[in-house]
Amino acid sequence: MMRFMLLFSRQGKLRLQKWFTSMSEREKKKIIRDMTTMVLARQPRSCNFMQWKDLKIVYKRYASLYFCLGVESQENELLALEIIHRYVELLDKYFGNVCELDIIFNFEKAYFILDEFLMGGEIQETSKQIVNRSIEASDMLQEDDISEWYEVELFG
Amino acid sequence: MSPSVPLQEMIRAIRSARTQCEERGVIQRECAAIRAQFRQADNGGRSHNLAKLLYVHMLGYPAHFGQMECVRMIASPRYSEKRVGYLGAMMLLDEKQDASLLITNSIKNDLSNSNQYIQSLALCTLACMGSAEMCRDLAPEIDRLLRASNSYIKKKAALCAVHIVRKVHDLGELFTKAARSLLTEKNHGVVHGAVVLITELCERNSETLERFRKTVPDLVQIMKGLVISGYSPDHDVAGISDPFLQVRILRLLRILGRNNEAASDAMNDLLAQVATNTDSTKTVGNAVLYETVLTVLDIKSESGLRVLAVNILGRFLLNNDRNIRYIAMTSLQKIVGTDHNAVQRHRGTIVDCLKDQDASVKRRALELSLALVSASNIRSMMKELLSFLSSCPPELRSQTASGIFNAAERYAPSQRWHIDTILHVLTTAGGDVRDETVPNLIQLITNTSELHCYTVHKLYRALLSDISQQPLVQVACWCIGEYGDLLLTGECQETEPVQVTEDYVLDVLETVLQSHMSSPSTRGFALTATMKLSTRITENVDRIRSIVSIYGSCIDVELQQRAVEYNALFKKYDHMSILDIFPELFLDKVYSVKLSFAYNNNVQSAGLSPPLCGVSQVCDLLDLLGGSEQPLQPSPALGSAAPPIPVSAPNTVGGDLLDLLGGLEPTPITPGLTFTYTHNELQKQETGRLTVTLTASNSTESDIRGFTLQAAVPKSVQLHMKAPSGDSLPARGTAKVTQMVVLNNPNKVV
Repeated sequence: MMRFMLLFSRQGKLRLQKWFTSMSEREKKKIIRDMTTMVLARQPRSCNFMQWKDLKIVYKRYASLYFCLGVESQENELLALEIIHRYVELLDKYFGNVCELDIIFNFEKAYFILDEFLMGGEIQETSKQIVNRSIEASDMLQEDDISEWYEVELFG
Repeated sequence: MSPSVPLQEMIRAIRSARTQCEERGVIQRECAAIRAQFRQADNGGRSHNLAKLLYVHMLGYPAHFGQMECVRMIASPRYSEKRVGYLGAMMLLDEKQDASLLITNSIKNDLSNSNQYIQSLALCTLACMGSAEMCRDLAPEIDRLLRASNSYIKKKAALCAVHIVRKVHDLGELFTKAARSLLTEKNHGVVHGAVVLITELCERNSETLERFRKTVPDLVQIMKGLVISGYSPDHDVAGISDPFLQVRILRLLRILGRNNEAASDAMNDLLAQVATNTDSTKTVGNAVLYETVLTVLDIKSESGLRVLAVNILGRFLLNNDRNIRYIAMTSLQKIVGTDHNAVQRHRGTIVDCLKDQDASVKRRALELSLALVSASNIRSMMKELLSFLSSCPPELRSQTASGIFNAAERYAPSQRWHIDTILHVLTTAGGDVRDETVPNLIQLITNTSELHCYTVHKLYRALLSDISQQPLVQVACWCIGEYGDLLLTGECQETEPVQVTEDYVLDVLETVLQSHMSSPSTRGFALTATMKLSTRITENVDRIRSIVSIYGSCIDVELQQRAVEYNALFKKYDHMSILDIFPELFLDKVYSVKLSFAYNNNVQSAGLSPPLCGVSQVCDLLDLLGGSEQPLQPSPALGSAAPPIPVSAPNTVGGDLLDLLGGLEPTPITPGLTFTYTHNELQKQETGRLTVTLTASNSTESDIRGFTLQAAVPKSVQLHMKAPSGDSLPARGTAKVTQMVVLNNPNKVV
């Protein structure tokens, strides 16, 4: 299973953190520090896999963002790269040519998309279209909900 | 979906802060506003407020005051608030917080909601942060959802079940039946979830594993469908149909086929098909191939398939992509023990990877190269490894050094090569070697007596050029101390001799003593070496005396003690045979108990009454347990004979400080007293416990009374001495004294 997924910028600022196991705040902060230092220190064209304690770290850089996945030792690293790529594709489809600013200003939506793709450290849905459709439907539900509230408030 | 304006405004405000201080100020103001809002009654902006708080939390600021708000929002009937509430629960609450229990009820209600998106929120949160109690409470609900709902919910329920099984192992029983039936579904998401669930159940419980072996044909069928089927736009990734599912199924097949002939046979064809048909130009294809190779190597596959798998790994090794090379080496590492010859074929490529720029690849290549060293390729491999050592990154140095030492020990073609290799490592990476290297090297040098001259010359030259590498300096000092006379003769067969005088040698040792780079133990070595030279050189003994006496007031206690004792030796004795050359040492590396029966000579005997002084005693460093190949070397040793012995033997007043290492030949030092030791070889090897029986007999004319045996052992060995049968040895061997000694080496320390 995957233990965590982190997104951070070239300067080491965290943009998204998803933890699939229960950990204390201190441990989380330590992991974030370690990951940012380790990944940012890597040379441009180096191998995307690293060993850290008993976990394998798979990372990939997309434009100005580093996607970092910590997986257990029996996982397939190449598939982990594919998981990262699939997530980026989903973000791209949703935001339309996604860039780091989209993820900064709409972080809660990035989480919602992640929650439709991964769950409990495993892949939930292998089809891009189904994930996209679920997100759209949830968003519509949220819209309806908000407009309902406005109606109630404005018109009593 | 329309963006949350208040949230975006806040984010903009925070980002425009120019300093850390300014940012903190903005955040404090925002948090205060949020707290105020939380206390107010229900308003439309609740979800925005919580979202703001979550952003602040992500920046690293404390946000615990939002926990109760999360609980409230989860209970709200509105979807927008639920959504953010559950997100907040996943980020702020974990099972260690008390507030997490409060949401159990909400989750329970939402699991039975008519809207599937609300159900999915609850499932997601449970799978993310559900504690053991929550899991126990809600497991029946999850089971119900696994059976009777639409595929959207089923796939989520499956993963939720996986989480529950991980938290509470016993609940696995509950989900077994449902998991089985889910395999037959059409929806890929559901099948994937089912495969993950079955994998988890099988890994935890071997009975469940047995039961699920029956599913192998079904799994093979599904896989075949994926591999052969045409283009399916829904699941296609670069020409491979649903690689995520394929990889998961392969992993499950691996677990089911392990150690089971029947299951392995059933999947043989499929694996061969996947291995040959999968397109390996893109990462996806390689991911599937990689998983296939791992499966083939782990189950009881037929040899043809194994060869195919190893060949695929060989192809990966030649791939341009670093990632592929890395994983190829990782896999080869796993099988280097079992399929050694197959891996040897790729040795050249692996050794080339040592020169790769990437640190991860280098590390893997190093481990694999060390595993591939054998007697036939030791020379060429060692050349590569030594050149790697001089250019490798610092974090890999000590691993390389110890790997080289192990390989050299096991496969050294000649002693001289072995010594050269170790010296090379010490000069290149002396700071990174382990502590036991120094004694091991000393032992090696001692035992190759024909190379003493060569070794001391090499070490002397190394010392002249660099005294910063402590292990090297220590060994060099020791060597010069032992074999300094060979250095001074100016002759050497194997290498060019140095023309030095005694002064030069002493200069070198003094430099080491005084250098600030030398550690205290190195100084100890240097001092002892200087002392030893006093017996080997003729002219500068006074200089040595003065050096030694200076250190008599050294601030380091160890050095001071040594210097004072050496001073005492100078004063009392003309010839110090204590400083003679060491004989051969036998140390069994794999398992040995180095037993030293060292006895204190009665230098103090000068104070005892004359009858006692007669017995000259031997101090002997014994190696009782010379190792499985070497025969037992019995050596006599004496107990301290304390009581008066009627003596007719000549009186050696002031007795010699006898050779500490007088040799291991069983020469009876004192006429008459003989000792024999017996032990059980087999017992020693099996249990790490050795029982030694000591038998002493006295063939002199007179009785010996008050005979006692004393023994000393290193800390890692435990010593139990049983009671002796007696303490007097009557004359002329009429009776013997026996004593049992049990030595226990529980940690098998060398």
